[in-house]
Amino acid sequence: MTNLEKYNKIFRGMFRKTDEELPALKYRGIALWDSIGHMDLMGELEETFDIRIETQDVLDFTSYEKGKEVLRRYGVEI
Amino acid sequence: MTYDELLQRGPYELGSAEKREVYSELLSDLTDRHRECCAPYDRCCELLGDRRGMRRSPETVPMVPVSLFKKAELCSVPAEEVFKTMTSSGTTGQQPSRIFLDRKTAEWQQRTLQRIVSSYIGEKRIPMLIVDSPNVLHDRNLFSARGAGILGFSIFGAKRQYALNENMELDTEAVRSFLEKAAGGPVLVFGFTYMIWKYFYRPLKESGLRLPLENGFLIHGGGWKKLQNEAVSAEDFRDGLFEVCGIRDVRNYYGMAEQTGCIYMECECGHLHVSDYSEILIRDMEDFSVCETGKEGVIQVITPMAWSYPGHSILTEDKGMILGEDDCPCGRKGKYFAITGRIPKAEIRGCSDTYEG
Repeated sequence: MTNLEKYNKIFRGMFRKTDEELPALKYRGIALWDSIGHMDLMGELEETFDIRIETQDVLDFTSYEKGKEVLRRYGVEI
Repeated sequence: MTYDELLQRGPYELGSAEKREVYSELLSDLTDRHRECCAPYDRCCELLGDRRGMRRSPETVPMVPVSLFKKAELCSVPAEEVFKTMTSSGTTGQQPSRIFLDRKTAEWQQRTLQRIVSSYIGEKRIPMLIVDSPNVLHDRNLFSARGAGILGFSIFGAKRQYALNENMELDTEAVRSFLEKAAGGPVLVFGFTYMIWKYFYRPLKESGLRLPLENGFLIHGGGWKKLQNEAVSAEDFRDGLFEVCGIRDVRNYYGMAEQTGCIYMECECGHLHVSDYSEILIRDMEDFSVCETGKEGVIQVITPMAWSYPGHSILTEDKGMILGEDDCPCGRKGKYFAITGRIPKAEIRGCSDTYEG
């Protein structure tokens, strides 16, 4: 699986969305992606990509697209 | 300066003159905005002699008694923009406060907390032991002050473990295995003062079990009232916890559900610190004038963070005193203060008495 496929799989599973719906997803934009959903998302990403995201980056992770930039800071190219 | 820009600075770098300048501007605009968007608040301001469009300073911004959030629905955004509603029973125990958050205010709250707490524990997320039961977050759309505290602090936790089960019993097995994985490294222990004492310290003390938390950092808040009733002092609290888990770094914080995120952390010198994101004034209990440093009075909390509800200037039911400003030996700018108690049976009366629904 490519990094993008892994990334999308996590989003689809957590927020019950299709691949087509992902690019529009924003933190606090849907009920499931609230602060609880966000912490679960961070946990999944950390486990999948074997990284540890810092608190500032946790809060900079404001959308599906922005998240790709954040992961790049940890050497994960999506 | 906007609140977003303020968040780029700090958390403890504004000196008193600059802060006053920044706050006068932000608070004046914010007061006008809330008057425009929240009719009950507008009526309060009218009664308190505030005029729309006037230039205000931290001392002259109208203050709303915290009890008003129990009596009225105070919201400054359209209902469809309310993203979360927070409740707090306070200590009077009657009708809970309701605080209406839009996305922007919720985000500001989280960023504010992150900025403040990182000044004490750093940017790295570490394993986090939450001294509470997972039930506290039962309904994720409507949560309590306790739930909000836990959620807010969760951004500092890399892995999180609740220490208590549904019956509020210490889950010794789960905690032990969690700490084993942390392998003696740093652990954030978070909870409410009374919960930590009653459901964490006591069972450990009684069972004689000792937990390896020598590298733990314990942050607790929510008030001392219940422990004072049991004659447990801050020193007893520290000593007790050191005894059962070897933890040395124990920090109290003060904060209100009505201004979630803007917390006042205890520094290395034992002082509660006001960050750049909020301000504190002490009000005389007789005439509400601003008290000098060292004089006890009622605490007024002020923050330009309160965007979706008119909670930018609140008169609390807590008593305290300013200890100093910009000169704490820990090096942080801003005021530092102490909490001295609560107002007996919440005697403060303000415009909440004149609010007629």
